Amino acid sequence: MKRRSLIKAFTLSASIAAMGLSWSIQAAETIKVGILHSLSGTMAISETSLKDMALMTIDEINAKGGVNGKLLEPVVVDPASNWPLFAEKSRQLLTQDKVAVVFGCWTSVSRKSVLPVFEELNGLLFYPVQYEGEEMSPNVFYTGAAPNQQAIPAVEYLMSEDGGGAKRFFLLGTDYVYPRTTNKILRAFLHSKGVADKDIEEVYTPFGHSDYQTIVANIKKFSAGGKTAVISTVNGDSNVPFYKELANQGLKATDVPVVAFSVGEEELRGIDTKPLVGHLAAWNYFESVDNPVNQKFVADWKAYAKAKNLPGADKAVTNDPMEATYVGIHMWAQAAQKAGSTDVDKVREALAGQSFKAPSGFTLTMDKSNHHLHKPVMIGEIQDDGQFSVVWQTEEPLRAQPWSPFIPGNDKRPDYAVKGN
Amino acid sequence: MLRLLFTLLLLLPLATQASEGEFFLTAKPAEQASLLETWAAQPDAARLPLLENLRQGRIAENDTRKLRLNNRLRGLIDNTLASHQLLSDQANVRLVAAQQLQKTAQPAQMAFLDRRFASEPDAAVHAALGLALANLQLGASEPAVRLAAVRLLGETGDPLARTRLEALLQPDAETDAAVRIAAETSLAQVQRKLLVGELLGQAFSGLSLGSILLLAALGLAITFGLLGVINMAHGEMLMLGAYSTYMVQVLLQRYAPGAIEFYPLIALPVAFAVSAGVGMALERTVIRHLYGRPLETLLATWGISLILIQAVRLIFGAQNVEVSNPAWLSGGIQVLPNLVLPYNRLVIIGFALAVVLLTWLLLNRTRLGLNVRAVTQNRNMAACCGVSTGRVDMLAFGLGSGIAGLGGVALSQVGNVGPDLGQSYIIDSFLVVVLGGVGQLAGSLWAAFGLGIANKLLEPQIGAVLGKILILALIILFIQKRPQGLFALKGRVID
Repeated sequence: MKRRSLIKAFTLSASIAAMGLSWSIQAAETIKVGILHSLSGTMAISETSLKDMALMTIDEINAKGGVNGKLLEPVVVDPASNWPLFAEKSRQLLTQDKVAVVFGCWTSVSRKSVLPVFEELNGLLFYPVQYEGEEMSPNVFYTGAAPNQQAIPAVEYLMSEDGGGAKRFFLLGTDYVYPRTTNKILRAFLHSKGVADKDIEEVYTPFGHSDYQTIVANIKKFSAGGKTAVISTVNGDSNVPFYKELANQGLKATDVPVVAFSVGEEELRGIDTKPLVGHLAAWNYFESVDNPVNQKFVADWKAYAKAKNLPGADKAVTNDPMEATYVGIHMWAQAAQKAGSTDVDKVREALAGQSFKAPSGFTLTMDKSNHHLHKPVMIGEIQDDGQFSVVWQTEEPLRAQPWSPFIPGNDKRPDYAVKGN
Repeated sequence: MLRLLFTLLLLLPLATQASEGEFFLTAKPAEQASLLETWAAQPDAARLPLLENLRQGRIAENDTRKLRLNNRLRGLIDNTLASHQLLSDQANVRLVAAQQLQKTAQPAQMAFLDRRFASEPDAAVHAALGLALANLQLGASEPAVRLAAVRLLGETGDPLARTRLEALLQPDAETDAAVRIAAETSLAQVQRKLLVGELLGQAFSGLSLGSILLLAALGLAITFGLLGVINMAHGEMLMLGAYSTYMVQVLLQRYAPGAIEFYPLIALPVAFAVSAGVGMALERTVIRHLYGRPLETLLATWGISLILIQAVRLIFGAQNVEVSNPAWLSGGIQVLPNLVLPYNRLVIIGFALAVVLLTWLLLNRTRLGLNVRAVTQNRNMAACCGVSTGRVDMLAFGLGSGIAGLGGVALSQVGNVGPDLGQSYIIDSFLVVVLGGVGQLAGSLWAAFGLGIANKLLEPQIGAVLGKILILALIILFIQKRPQGLFALKGRVID
C-alpha cells in the first residue's frame, strides 16, 4: 500500500517536472556517441588530438541545438594503442553504452580489429585517416583518403617536370599492413608507367625505429643512379630521427625529395623544420589552406585548445585527420537529422550523397554507394615554420577507389559495401 | 616571343636586376625555369644579389612578396647561382660553386665553363672545374675529348661518376674502342674508391649506434650491474634527462637567447642533477625496502616507470617536444664523396667515451667508488668496517640515474623526446648489460659497440626488421652458452 503511493508520488512529481522544465528532458534524453582513440601508448601522439577535435565538433553541434532536438553526449574510451583492446572497447560502447555511432581508430590494424564487432552488432564507425583501401564495410564510413586520393597523385606529381621528374623510387615504410599494401599498389602503378623493378627499392623498418643511418646512406647510394624520390610511409614518431638523419647527411630536397603520406602538421611539431624545407607531403587538407571556412575552423580549434587548456595549446595546429574527423561528425549529424532518427540502417541510407562544406575549401560529398568521401588531393611542401605550402592540387574532389585497380582481382569486386570483405 | 623578351632583358644593362626580378616573380614556373637556364649559361656578376635573394624565396631583401618555388626551381637556382659565383674573386666561393656544378651543370653551360677553366688561377678550383667539365665532355663528339674526360673521372670517388661511366658502357652507348677500355678502367677505379667509403660508412654507423646503446645502458650498468636492482624505471631516467634538455632549451630561449647555441652543454649538469635527484628519492622511498627481493623490485620499478611517464604526459602533454640541434651539431663533415660524418654523431661518440672514462675514474679512483665496490662485493663486511651502506646505496643509485640523465641529453640530439622515450631503450639497455656481464663496466662498453657494429653489418644485407630479430636470436644463444656474459666477475664476490 505504502509502496504504491510512493510510486504514484514519484510519477506525479516526475511528470510535473517534465512539464515545467523542458530542459531537464533534454538533459535526460541525449544521443550517446562513442569516441575510440588511443589516449596512451605509442599512438597517443597522433590520436589524442582527434579525440579533442571530436569533442570540439560535438560541442559545436550541441551549441546549435544538437540532432533531432537532442543533445549529443560523448562517451570517451581509451583503447591504449592495444589492438585487441580496440575490439573490446568497441563492444562495450555498442552493447553497454548503446552509442548511436563511434568515431575512432587511426592505424589500419586497429580498424581491422574492430571491424568484426561493428559488423556483428550492426554498429556505425567513422574512420578519419588515410589508409590502404582494400575494404568497404557497410558498417564503416571512411572519411580519410583511399590510395587513389593520396598516394597515386603524389607519385604522378613526382614524375612530372615540376615535381623533379623522378625516375627511381625508394619506398620506405614502417612494417605493417598500411605501408605494405600501399607499396604493393604503388609498385604496380609504377610498372604501368614503365618504371622497371631495378629502379624501385622497398625497405621497411620496425615501429619506433630510431637509427636511420644505414637507410639514409642507402638512399644516397640509390640516388646516384638517376633522379630519385623517396616515398615514405613511415608512421608515428620514427619520422623525427629519419628527417634529422636526412638533414645531417646533407641530403636536400632538391637532390632527393621525400614525399610522406603520414606526416602532417601535428608530427612536424616535434621537429626543427629548417633543414627540411622542400620535402613534400600529400594530403587532402593542410592548415595553411586559405579560405573562410578553414580560417574559422583553425581559429575555433585554437580557441578550443586554449579554453580547454590542452597541452601545447599555444602551438595548436590542425591537420588532415582532424579535418576528416570534423567533417565525419558533421555529416553523421546531417544524416541523422535527415533520417529523423539515429537508427544505423536509416542513417546509413541518409548518408549516401550527403555533402558538407569542408575546411579544405571544397564541398565534400559522401559517395552514393562506396562509403568513401570524394576528396581533393593536395601536395604541400614543408616550410620553415612547420606548415605546408600547397604546390599542386586537384581541381575537383576525386571519387575514391577503395579497391585499387592496381591489385589483381579487384576488378571483380562490387562497388558497394558488403559485409565480410 | 619569349626568347625575344629574354634577349631584350639581357640587353638592358640599366636596372636589369629590378626588372629581371619583377619579371621572374610574375612568370609561370616553366618560364622561370627557362629563364634560369638562360642565366646559367650566360652569367652576369650584377645578377648575383638577385639569385641569392631568389634562393631565400624573394626577389629583393626588403620585398615582402613571397616567391613560390618548387624543388625543380630550387635546383635550377642553385645551379645558376653556382654559375654566377664562378665570377667571384674569392677562391673558396668559386670552389664551392665548382663542386655544385659537378652535380648539376647542363650542356648549355659548357662554353662558359670552358672559358672559366682556361682562366682559373687557383689549383683546387681548377681541378674541381675540370671535373665538372669532364662530366659534360662525356657527350662530346670528338673521341679524344671523351677519352680525356673518362680518364679524369676515374680519379674521383664520386658516386655520380660511376653512374655516368656505367651509362657510357651500356651496349651501343660508346662506339670508340679506346674510350670504352678507358671507361672500364676508370669505372673499376671509381668502384674501389666507393667501396672504401661504404665500408668506412658502415663502420662509423656501427660505432655511432654502439655509442648510443652505451649511453643508454651505462646508467643501468651501475643500478642493475653493481647494485643488482632490476631497475625497470631506468628508461624513464633517460627520459627525464631528455626533458631536462628540453626545459633548458626553452628557458634559454626565453631568458638568454644569446646562450642558446650551447644549451646542450648547459643541459648536461641540469639533466644529471634532475635524474640523480629523482633516482635518490626513489631509492630512499621505495627501492631500499625491497633489496634482496628481485621480483618485487621489478614490479615496483615498473610501476614507478608508469607513474613517471604519466606525470610527464600530464605536464608536457602526450606529444613529442621539439629539441632542435644547435648549429654546431647540425650537418656533417664530408670525408669522401660518398661519406658524410654527421657532427651530432661524432660528438656523441666522443661524449660516450668521456662518460665511460669519468665513471670508471669515479668508481676506481675515489673514496665513493671504493665504498660502492665494497658494499656491492660484501655488504655486511663493508658495514662492519664502518661504511654507511644505506648512504652508499643512495649515492650509487643516484650516480647511475644521473648518468642515465646524461645519456638522455645525448639521445635528445638524435631521436625523439616524448613520454615513451625510455620504453624504446629499456630492452636494449638490459641487453647490453646482460650481454656484457653484470657488474662490469668494460663488459658494457664492449657489448654496446659489439651490438652496434653487428647490427649495422647485418642491416644492409637483410634489412632492419630481420636484422633485429637475428641479433636477438644470437644473444639468446650466447647467453645460453655463457650465462655470465662476456666478462664475468671472478672469485668469491658472487654470493
